[in-house]
Formats: sequence, C-alpha cells, structure tokens
Amino acid sequence: MADVTVGVVVFPGSNCDHDTEYAVGSFSGIKPVMLWHNDHDLQGAKAIILPGGFSYGDYLRAGSIARFSPIMQEVIEFARKGFPVLGICNGFQVLLESGLLEGALSKNRDKKFLCCQTTLKTLNCSTIFTSQYQQDQLLSIPIAHGQGNYFAPPEVIESLEENEQIVFKYCDAEGRVSDEANPNGSLQNIAGIINRQGNVLGLMPHPERASEKSLGSLDGRGLLESLFHHIAGV
Amino acid sequence: MPYTAKIKVTLRQSILDVQGKAVEHALKNLGYHTVESARIGKYIEVTINEEKLLEAERICNEISQKLLSNPVMENYSFELEQVN
Repeated sequence: MADVTVGVVVFPGSNCDHDTEYAVGSFSGIKPVMLWHNDHDLQGAKAIILPGGFSYGDYLRAGSIARFSPIMQEVIEFARKGFPVLGICNGFQVLLESGLLEGALSKNRDKKFLCCQTTLKTLNCSTIFTSQYQQDQLLSIPIAHGQGNYFAPPEVIESLEENEQIVFKYCDAEGRVSDEANPNGSLQNIAGIINRQGNVLGLMPHPERASEKSLGSLDGRGLLESLFHHIAGV
Repeated sequence: MPYTAKIKVTLRQSILDVQGKAVEHALKNLGYHTVESARIGKYIEVTINEEKLLEAERICNEISQKLLSNPVMENYSFELEQVN
C-alpha cells in the first residue's frame, strides 16, 4: 500500500517545519510533504500540520499575515470540508487568526519568552488527535513561545467547556491544574483546543519535540500516532 | 486626491498589556511618580488612493477589521487626512 501523505506547511520564518517533517517521517506508512506558503496545491495530503516558528517574522501579530497566504486559503477550505488540521505553536496562532479556532494568544504574562518542559493534562481523549492517550493522562511536552497566553471572551470559554473542546491544560507533576503550573497566564491553563467539529486542533506545546527517546520525552508521539491512526490506520 | 489613514490599534482594557507594564515600571523607576499607567498600541499609516471620503472610510474599516487588528483582543480607531 502506498504511503499516506501528510502536508507540513512552510511559511517564511517557520523554524519547526523540519523537526515536524522528521517526526512525521518516523512513522511507517506516512510520508511528509512540504507545502510552500505561496502554493495552492495540497499535494494529496490527508492531513495538514502548521508548524511552529515566526511566520512572516510575527509582524503585526503572530500568525496574522500567514493567515492570508495562498496555501492557507486551501488549508481553510480543507478544514471546512472536515479534514484534519493540526497547528503547533505558531501554527496554533495561525489557526486562531484564520478563525478555524476561537480565541487569541497574547504575550506571556511574565513578559518572557519561555522555553521549558511543561506537564499537560489530557482532558479529552476521544478526539482524532488524542485517541492513543488515556483520559487525564499527564504528558511531558516542551513549550517555546513568547505569545502563548490564551484568551477568549467568557461565552467562548463556556462553550469550549460545554463541548469538551479544551483538550490540554497545563498542570503540575501531580496533575493539579493550578496557577503555579500555568507558564504563560492562559485563561484556565488552556494549552490546546479543538474546534466543534473535532477536526482542527491547536496547541502551544511542541509534540514533535517530545517524539523520540533522545529528546527526553516520547509523550508527544501519541498525538501524531492518534492522527495517523485516524487517516491511515497505522 | 488620496487620503492618509492614521490608524491606531490598542489592546482592549481587559487584556493584560505586559509591554505597557514594563514601560510603566521603568518610568516610575526614573522618578516619574505621577505616572499611573502606560499602555502600548500600534500606529499604522496607510495611503489610500481614493477620491471619495466615504469610500476611504469603508476601506479603512475593512482593513482594520480584517488584518490590522484582532477584534478578539484589540480595538482600532482612525483619522483620515486628504493628501495635497
């Protein structure tokens, strides 16, 4: 059987595109393909990943210009048809700017760029991105961002909660979702959310940086595994 | 005659402005004790080649909502000046 293709979008300023390509390529039966921001062709990809980085130098606002790039018009259409789209870090920012997910990310509460390991709590393991995890499973996955402070109006937060769209929250090593375990000031410690239809997930932590033993954690692998299980049965 | 749009984008009051806070602390450290707060926004100048003021206003609103600001966390305002 031919390999199933997964598209990794490359914006000018993306810097986790090759890490993502590497992590995706480590699964047998899955072939990563790089998609340039100026192109319109998704090259038959069965899922799209928007990687981390600083697309268009984060000019104006993180993700705001990438959202209008030619490839994003196709990705938005692809997502609206119900196909899976995953946004990591800057990719999450692009998904919010494009309206595929609700809310916004502002600067970290302590003004710092944060690059550290975090613990996440898996709040919904019935999505196509989390099926290989257990409910409430704790994951050690790093973050690396300056603008990861999730914000949304109260009515949006309420509806995210009601529909189990909050997929990951920052917590401490014991799984307590506390203010001390909140690295960036995100409302309710939100680290990742999914859309109502369940095919678009955005998260600030980097699962691709926790996908190999030598990287110190394998916990991010389950996310990719869940997605590939969904699209290719691997 | 074209118009120059002077567009201001500011963070909503409910959003913590960490840059503004840092500037506020720096000003207080400099001895400006009557400084109560500082907030940082963006100033964007756009030249619009339109004859009609109404059309220039419409474009200004559209670009501010579509790209220049994020309505989830920012407000915008603008002034239009005719370029001679």
